[in-house]
Amino acid sequence: MISALIIVFREVIEAGLIVGIVLAATAGVPGRARAVSIGVGAGVLGACLVAAFAGELAGLFQGSGQEVFNAAILLLAVAMLTWHNVWMASHGREMARELKAAGHQVRTGERTLTALSIVVGVAVLREGSEVVLFLYGIGAQGTSAAGMALGGGLGLASGAAVSALMYFGLLTIPAGKLFQVTSGLITLLAAGMAAQAVIFLQNAGWLEFFTNTVWDTSWLLPDDGQGSLGMFGKMLHTLVGYTAAPNGAQLIAYAATIALILVLMRMVNAPGTQAQRPV
Amino acid sequence: MKRVLLAVLIATMPALQARADAPITVHLKNHKFTPATIKVKANQPSMIILYNDDDTADEFDSASLKIEKVVPGKNKGNIRVRPLAPGKYPFMGEYHAATAQGVVIAE
Repeated sequence: MISALIIVFREVIEAGLIVGIVLAATAGVPGRARAVSIGVGAGVLGACLVAAFAGELAGLFQGSGQEVFNAAILLLAVAMLTWHNVWMASHGREMARELKAAGHQVRTGERTLTALSIVVGVAVLREGSEVVLFLYGIGAQGTSAAGMALGGGLGLASGAAVSALMYFGLLTIPAGKLFQVTSGLITLLAAGMAAQAVIFLQNAGWLEFFTNTVWDTSWLLPDDGQGSLGMFGKMLHTLVGYTAAPNGAQLIAYAATIALILVLMRMVNAPGTQAQRPV
Repeated sequence: MKRVLLAVLIATMPALQARADAPITVHLKNHKFTPATIKVKANQPSMIILYNDDDTADEFDSASLKIEKVVPGKNKGNIRVRPLAPGKYPFMGEYHAATAQGVVIAE
């Protein structure tokens, strides 16, 4: 029961933190509940499909199908998060104006709802497929299924609670500042995902340079999810891409993603392109 | 942009794939690894072929090896191990961590 609780808790937190950030980033945007629900629903559905075809998936690409699949969906999420941030940057001024103008709802976020819906979907898909495989194994064994279900339920509830705390914590930030905070968080989230995608590509044998560990802080803060300190490290891993022992290629991917997003945001937000717009 | 990157990666795949020694066969049965101690040569890539003889899936999980690989029941998984500095690298079957424990020793 305890192992079910821990595994489900861990996977739910990983997906839940991402959902929390997306919800905070779209605070006040009409239709966001629908977009996020569709993302979660599609993710759960997809997770069941992935679990059902795990055997076939694993056999693809010379036995590295699972790694390639994981890398692909992570890179998709990185692309969607990048697009969201860049789009928000180019419409930041209008948004600020609307916010000042008598509490109008922020409609400008609507355009990237699809992108964020996809991000939520792939996050749930990735973590959810592990939960489904794990729980299926318990069902197949037929041993203490009730205890495992209870553990799984508790894990789900506590994971959701931590994610909700994160979300409400973000909401206490004043609206004007919230966009800055969430776009910063999304940038780090995307960078962390890119670094994780690098690991999967390395494990698939597609990337074999700069694989040496650059530093190792696992003695200070492990990121393996074991124990409360490890769990905290794992949360930081999900949120900002903290890695206890990163290798060179990971660091390059992390820095390159941040640089790319910042440069694109600056480019679309260059003075002159926004200022002359009629009010 | 990402698609282009992926295409480049696929194109350069054969060149990047390093030649490893013969793969090491490991079996997972009754949620236990055999052998549970796996010796590999340090500083060169190696390959572990994990046969999951159980009916249920398990995940070969190691934070120090940076590997999380799900192997479905009655299936096998190819696990690529990056070149390792000499040392011990513990791993476990995450879904049955109570019994499924092992270690990779690079020397």
